[in-house]
Amino acid sequence: MFLPHTEADRQAMLKTIGVERMDDLFKDLPACTTDHPLNLPAPFTEMEALDEIAATADANETVRELTSFLGAGAYNHYIPAAVDAILRRGEFYTAYTPYQPEISQGTLQAIFEFQSLMTALTGMDVSNASHYDGATAVAEAVNMAFHNFRGKRKKMVLSPALHPQYRETVHTYIQGTEIEVLGGDIPLDAGPEALIPLIDDQTALVVVQYPDFFGRIYDYAALGEAVHAAKALFAIHINPIALGLLKPPAEFDADIVTGEGQPLGIPLAFGGPYLGIFTARQKYVRKMAGRIVGETVDTRGQRGYVLTLSTREQHIRREKATSNICSNQGLMALAATVYLSLLGKSGLKRVAELNYHKAHYAAEQIAALPEFGLCFPQTPFFNEFAVRCPLPAAEINARLLEHDILGGFDLGSAYPGMENCLLIAVTEMNSRNEIDHLVEHLAEVSHA
Amino acid sequence: MSSRADSNIPADLKYTANDEWARIEGDVATIGVTDYAQEQLSDIVFVEYVLDEGDKASKGDACAAVESVKAASDVYLPLSGEVIAINEDLADSPELINSDPYGEAWMLKIKISDPSEIEELLDATEYGALSD
Repeated sequence: MFLPHTEADRQAMLKTIGVERMDDLFKDLPACTTDHPLNLPAPFTEMEALDEIAATADANETVRELTSFLGAGAYNHYIPAAVDAILRRGEFYTAYTPYQPEISQGTLQAIFEFQSLMTALTGMDVSNASHYDGATAVAEAVNMAFHNFRGKRKKMVLSPALHPQYRETVHTYIQGTEIEVLGGDIPLDAGPEALIPLIDDQTALVVVQYPDFFGRIYDYAALGEAVHAAKALFAIHINPIALGLLKPPAEFDADIVTGEGQPLGIPLAFGGPYLGIFTARQKYVRKMAGRIVGETVDTRGQRGYVLTLSTREQHIRREKATSNICSNQGLMALAATVYLSLLGKSGLKRVAELNYHKAHYAAEQIAALPEFGLCFPQTPFFNEFAVRCPLPAAEINARLLEHDILGGFDLGSAYPGMENCLLIAVTEMNSRNEIDHLVEHLAEVSHA
Repeated sequence: MSSRADSNIPADLKYTANDEWARIEGDVATIGVTDYAQEQLSDIVFVEYVLDEGDKASKGDACAAVESVKAASDVYLPLSGEVIAINEDLADSPELINSDPYGEAWMLKIKISDPSEIEELLDATEYGALSD
């Protein structure tokens, strides 16, 4: 509950500091900044405000009205009702940063459970309390690798099939540093081993995505070996739903596993808030950025939770810290924790299987259409696949939208030369009917 | 202890204003952090070396980082030279710095490359007289 100061409180404070009026506190600002009134409308009543907000919201088209086949890093998965029911409890919804463990055990325990689930899912040793999203988690992996070698190794090899927005985010983060990014020119159909020639004794980190941006599944064992032969670090970025079915990335000898946790009980919400997953091997725990919750006992021997390894963080290490991030995505991490707790291992596997089978059914039907074809027909995929179309993807999507279908991602917008290619995602939310309608409309489009 | 003068300062060692000590034996210097340093840092939980055996470095270069529950501190070389030994015990038992800063918690040994730098170090009295 917000308790504003009373006028009496304000007067007492002004009197204590020897100031007559509030305005006197701003007397050093030039008049040009203070003497024009703000051009704001009059305040709304609660009813008017609600009307205004509802009208704006109604202008959106969401996955409730549209059938979505759009993925590219954010997916339309089912969110069990229990997730919101727990998230909206005031104890979680309004809880602040748990720096005072005495009054934050609920939050801290929830984060600890989240961390435990992330390590169980990825097969890695330690997890932090989360980052804002997958993109910044990847950027933090770059930071960590740079610090691991104390700035002596400056090359980061990023697979061209790593999400284009994540690669862009890395470029943003490395501005002003001597870090060099390689990998953007490698042909998309060359497979992960094509990155090996780029690795040398100046390489700090190699990053791949699993499944990759095009939905493809690769065995990264050989690449992992080559990375370690050069004594560099190996990072794999995952989709947590896919791990219900696929071999855990730890088995490719990853040093760092990052992920985008949005598929775990978090709505699409026009791009965020999402959830950055960051896990690593035990030996790198002190180089890991972000908050970490640890389990301990109090003075009476009772189990308790606390933020730990705090000397990693930038408010203590300052410029020697790996990163300046000192926050986490608490509520979304809780959503992921509730989601995974509800589904459990077998539930997650079931969701992954539904995604896999529905996507493969869709791919089969689409590939059978005369003028369409899979861009990478030889490579296994999870729930997303790239399709070559007879018309530009943008046009196809416009036609599909007329039928209330949100088509796939226009690959030409990120990969020059792929303007006629669509990245189609299929999840457990797409019924067989919906998939059949998509195929029908795609067929119509090519004959138009 | 509230000041260096109240801490344990062995007379036979040399010191820096950054609270490192050096034991000079011929052309070998053994280096660590002082009793005052360990007390200021409180319980030490981690030691990380930033130089390896065989590295040549200069006076003032960072050679290690010491982490306690509440702070992280760099350790700098008091003298230039080549690192000839690193105390691996501190990796498993960083708390030795708190219990025996001048003995078991030596951090590294170097072969001194410029003996003239030894005169620039502080003796026990000068070190004890340093204010915060």
